[in-house]
Amino acid sequence: MAEKRLDEATNTETVGHEWDGIEELNTPLPRWWLWTFYATIVFAVGYVIAYPAWPMISQGTEGVLGWTSRGELAREMDAARKQRSEVVAALARTPIERLDPESPLMRAAISGGAAAFRVNCVQCHGAGAAGSKGYPNLNDDDWLWGGDIKAIEYTLVHGIRQPDGEETRFSQMPAFGRDGILSGAEISDVTSFVRSLSGLEPTSAASQRGSALFEANCAVCHGSDGTGLREFGAPNLADAIWLYGSSRDDVTATITNSRYGMMPAWGERLDPVTVKMLAAYVHSLGGGEDFIEIAEDPEVEVDEAP
Amino acid sequence: MSMTEKHKKLEKNVTLLGVAAFATVTIGGIVEIAPLFWIDNTIEEVNGMRPYTPLEQAGRDIYVREGCYVCHSQMIRPFRDEVERYGHYSLAAESMYDHPFQWGSKRTGPDLARVGGRYSDEWHVQHLENPQSVVPESVMPQYGFLAETPLSVHDMSANLTALSRVGVPYSDEMIENADADMKAQANPMADTAGLSERYGDKVNLRDFDGKPQKLTEMDALIAYLQVLGTMVDVDAAAAQEELATEKGR
Repeated sequence: MAEKRLDEATNTETVGHEWDGIEELNTPLPRWWLWTFYATIVFAVGYVIAYPAWPMISQGTEGVLGWTSRGELAREMDAARKQRSEVVAALARTPIERLDPESPLMRAAISGGAAAFRVNCVQCHGAGAAGSKGYPNLNDDDWLWGGDIKAIEYTLVHGIRQPDGEETRFSQMPAFGRDGILSGAEISDVTSFVRSLSGLEPTSAASQRGSALFEANCAVCHGSDGTGLREFGAPNLADAIWLYGSSRDDVTATITNSRYGMMPAWGERLDPVTVKMLAAYVHSLGGGEDFIEIAEDPEVEVDEAP
Repeated sequence: MSMTEKHKKLEKNVTLLGVAAFATVTIGGIVEIAPLFWIDNTIEEVNGMRPYTPLEQAGRDIYVREGCYVCHSQMIRPFRDEVERYGHYSLAAESMYDHPFQWGSKRTGPDLARVGGRYSDEWHVQHLENPQSVVPESVMPQYGFLAETPLSVHDMSANLTALSRVGVPYSDEMIENADADMKAQANPMADTAGLSERYGDKVNLRDFDGKPQKLTEMDALIAYLQVLGTMVDVDAAAAQEELATEKGR
């Protein structure tokens, strides 16, 4: 073992190790690094005292600050709730049809609705609310169940075709082919007529025959002119918007097997204010219709108490 | 002999160094890891947790087989952004019957810890067959073949036995009836009284894939997805209060 000595070439002290004539220079850590290292040890001691750290016998150490990640989350959520509380309270007491379209409250409702839409609705209606086959586009002005803000709110609260919902939007198109109401040839005729309504096919002998069948089987919901009926969520067949496709195959399949969609009753899952915000957002997308108040029957309104 | 001289002994004796290193790591392990096995609050006490039904367990095996965990986590962390998007944060208790757990570490797709009951079965079928038909921007592969593949499990009782050996509380009765229960859950015509008795009334009993006459892998996977995160009533006010104020975790 060699003694510690200064290396001739570099004038640096050696550590004193020597293996087969190879020696090691002693270049200590930079002071700033060493002191930073000591500082982290001191910090760690403080951290262990202040925060939950060591698992012990029956539970972990609590830390003198009493901090927990779940507690902090609860505080953050409370703070966020408080921050929104004014808008939420105002929305809660304002009937949706009374919201002024130009007001800051409406703007707040729309942006809140946009956020809720991204969490709850995009999976079916798409990120841009443009829908896809079987899932309606919410940007256009073609509404199955009504497009004024109150009708949208009603649809959101009660859903569509919810088996347990008393007030849910409900209708059921018969499966004309599967249930044997119409024969294959008759369905083909009705298909021709339905497609002729929007000019996809020229009027023909087949569509003429289909017209009579349509009047007898379909007009009660879709109307004689095929423009649909919102009371039954029956789509307008005379426009260019097709929920399940407009090709002969698609229309034939729809008439044969019948098709209808479902939507959850969001009133059971979300709070009323969030539903209002969603209605405001969907209404704002472009196709929203004006709400026209129909006066209540005056007979009912009369107060009969003496 | 100074401290550095003593340390030289360790440095120059590889066996001694190995023994000392092992002792150091052991102490670290005992302090950090071992207590988690006896501390009571490692796994929360909750109501409602039950072992997966045989069909759900089979679906879970398909989930693992297809590598769903590569893109989907099942772990909602206690942060506001996650809680507002996915729902209540996950509890350790909710994956106590998972072997192995599916927490995952990568979210190319969304977290699935609370996906149960969020969408209809029809949505799941359409989404698994062609994810882009409902989510155009999705990069998820198509899993339509699941709907065509009959669910074939060699011996479900053996699977349940293996799980019971690592601590999942399957009773002898559950293990005995595993194959029958697996078929009954997705068959609307089957007698499911025994299944409900063994696994509780909340079990989803229905055909999941829209083909009641056939038991497919799609049935199993959707049965599994529809139960994720639904067993414990985490939003109950009492649970919320308790979780937020509990210390020493």
